[in-house]
Amino acid sequence: MTPQPSDLPAGAVEAPAVELRGITKQFPGTLANDAVDLTVRHGEIHALMGENGAGKSTLMSVLYGMERPDAGSVRIDGREVSFGDPGDAMAAGLGMVHQSFKLFESLTVAENVVYAAEPRRFGFVDRAAARGRVRELAETHGLTVDPDARVGDLPVGLRQRVEILKLLHRGARTLILDEPTAVLTPAEADALFAVLKSLAAQGRTVILVTHKLREVLAVSDNVTVLRDGRVAARLRTAATSADEIAAAMTGRAVELDRVHAPGTYGEVVLGVTALSAGDAVREVDLTVRAGEIVGVAGVAGNGQSELVEALAGLRPVTAGRVTLSGRDVTHASAAGHRAAGLAYVPEDRHAVGAAPAASVADNLAMGHHRTALSSRRGLLPPAAVRAHARRLVERFGIKAAAPELPAATLSGGNLQKLLIGRELAHEAPLLLVEQPTRGVDIGAIQNIHDQIVAYRDAGHAVLLVSAELSEIRGLSDRVLVMYEGRVTAAYPKDELDERTLGLAMAGGTTQRRDAVQDGDED
Amino acid sequence: MFLDSDLLMSVLRALTPILLAALGGALCERAGVFNIGLEGLMLMGCFTAVTTSWFTGSPWLGVLAAAASSAAYSLILAVGAVTLRGDAVVLGVAMNLLAAGLTSFLLRTVFGVQGTFDDPSLAGLPLVGGFSPLTYLAWAAVVVTAVLLSRHVWGLRLRGVGEAPDAAATLGVSPARHKYAAVLLSGVLCGLAGAQLALGNVTLFSENMTAGRGWIAVVAVMLGRAMPLGVLLAALLFGIAEAVGFRLQGLGLPQQATDAAPYVVTLGALFLTTARRRGRTPRTTGSTRSTRSTDPSGVAT
Repeated sequence: MTPQPSDLPAGAVEAPAVELRGITKQFPGTLANDAVDLTVRHGEIHALMGENGAGKSTLMSVLYGMERPDAGSVRIDGREVSFGDPGDAMAAGLGMVHQSFKLFESLTVAENVVYAAEPRRFGFVDRAAARGRVRELAETHGLTVDPDARVGDLPVGLRQRVEILKLLHRGARTLILDEPTAVLTPAEADALFAVLKSLAAQGRTVILVTHKLREVLAVSDNVTVLRDGRVAARLRTAATSADEIAAAMTGRAVELDRVHAPGTYGEVVLGVTALSAGDAVREVDLTVRAGEIVGVAGVAGNGQSELVEALAGLRPVTAGRVTLSGRDVTHASAAGHRAAGLAYVPEDRHAVGAAPAASVADNLAMGHHRTALSSRRGLLPPAAVRAHARRLVERFGIKAAAPELPAATLSGGNLQKLLIGRELAHEAPLLLVEQPTRGVDIGAIQNIHDQIVAYRDAGHAVLLVSAELSEIRGLSDRVLVMYEGRVTAAYPKDELDERTLGLAMAGGTTQRRDAVQDGDED
Repeated sequence: MFLDSDLLMSVLRALTPILLAALGGALCERAGVFNIGLEGLMLMGCFTAVTTSWFTGSPWLGVLAAAASSAAYSLILAVGAVTLRGDAVVLGVAMNLLAAGLTSFLLRTVFGVQGTFDDPSLAGLPLVGGFSPLTYLAWAAVVVTAVLLSRHVWGLRLRGVGEAPDAAATLGVSPARHKYAAVLLSGVLCGLAGAQLALGNVTLFSENMTAGRGWIAVVAVMLGRAMPLGVLLAALLFGIAEAVGFRLQGLGLPQQATDAAPYVVTLGALFLTTARRRGRTPRTTGSTRSTRSTDPSGVAT
């Protein structure tokens, strides 16, 4: 795709919107950026890709004035600049939407948008003007949002709009979005892409920092791939493929969207009958057999998380019955569930799954303190904890500098490997796993998927909850769709296709409800 | 015979110092600094007001000096909590303890007395329409703070700083500068509160004469959700409790019981507010220091 026509006369060479030359940034122990070049032309959507730790964030921090490069130059519209802080970058027409939003939840949309750039009357905030400004910007760019709504009351997709409006209000001509879809539902992501395309069509420039292949292919014009701090590839989106980008990111061929062979089923391990938990989960029936992966798909917020919490003993069950390996665990505690044979990998690996301040070894020991590491009088022998940690680190390929270091020092992918390894090591009959690869690198995703499938093949039951359709499709022997707290559809592996699944997730069908009842008894 | 204009007068008198201090506390709270040192700041104000009035003969200079000395004293919190990133609760408690000890010590060294310094020639504040001018100032301060916070550019920025300092910083607003300003203003307001107590409500200084009013102001900030009008209502509640307690004393109830009235009301108010707030999502403010701003990725839970 060609960049948008500019005001320059035909034939003139237009300076790129952003031009980074030879950016080098050394941190203690790592060379985060090694002579990186990045050229982004006016009016294009440029994707900056790479795995965690490839140097994307550092490069953007340099561009946005948050870090000073050790070497290299930054040019904006052909002029060399040196930003001391983000304020300088904003003044030069850059604007960044951070991955974790920088919003004031108790303030209104209008207050958030104009904050620190307020329209004034005698030192007071001109609220009518602020509202008008939001309406005008929203209308021009298709970013409809109520200026008087409190940001804390808005869903994530709308909060992101507020972030973008904030930048537009400050006159940003180049927008940098850091992993913008990480927290969005598929529908919200599509809406965002439409906005980005319209912004680019109006001559604004967009830099999309992401590691999601699908959205890069869908929305970008050009791609720059970083690996280990260097530029691994510069690609035109129209002339590339997901496989090519993935290979550039990982440095090896990656098999994307693999569909694993089905398992061989045994006895029912998890039996759930008419389970309700408050308003979030309503009369859910499901079974998971040994040697089977049952996938639960659904748009975030349709009761999947609550279902998992109820099954893990973390949320009170208000009606129905849950059996685990033949034992009634409906009202059992979390410890009771574990004793009956549950291993659990929660969605929030930082707050629920791990104790980030505790050491890698201690994190690996958690849950095993009752069984493998149990000792007399409640003492944990440090040697046993260390040996246990060494075994799991080796077996699951966790990259930890030392088991004594806090778990917070691990990358997201490695922390997830730690959690999955710890839970798999229980050899529990049922594995409950939620969003196993969210925010995890492509290379690590493959590893985690292989682990889950191997666990199933060893004769265990797995209940997988994921917002990634490709993950659900690739791993599951059977897929259930949750909508508004109910299981509204079920599909066996051979009847899966992404469109019907997407439709069911949007509440579009209640077909094949019979399969929920596990009609295909063998 | 019980609800008469005398009672109203004494309610308004009792209200003034609590209201001034609580407005200062509210500003800090909105800026994200939990100021639990109001008691100490007030006590410093009391002592400075009396000392200055005694040596200069002017209660007005006493008021100014009280505001200045409490503002200076509040720097302990500003430097400690903002610049050095210390724990505001620990700092506040230390300030309260230090103020109690320091004023008792200075009372002995400057005036050579223990317990109470009281002299007929110590000049108190004149009354205007039955009240000290600081009473009117306190009511004006409610309006000024309310407008400042809700409408003024500075107030908007202050609220932003208190809610999400990182977000404010990325937009070029200095959280530290705004927090300093809020803490220093709370010092000024607490100084005025102390002056009102020592030169308005009574004309003397006695050891620990604030007697928990600073703590009550802290509760008023929480009860009023750090909003000026809410703080006014909460302070009014305590003013009424104090005045009614004093009145009951005249009816023969033991002083120990009536003196306890404001604290019993405080305790009740704390129970009510905590019960009401439980289960609600906490805001990120000074008093809920440990809560992180809501992580957007938590939306799926």
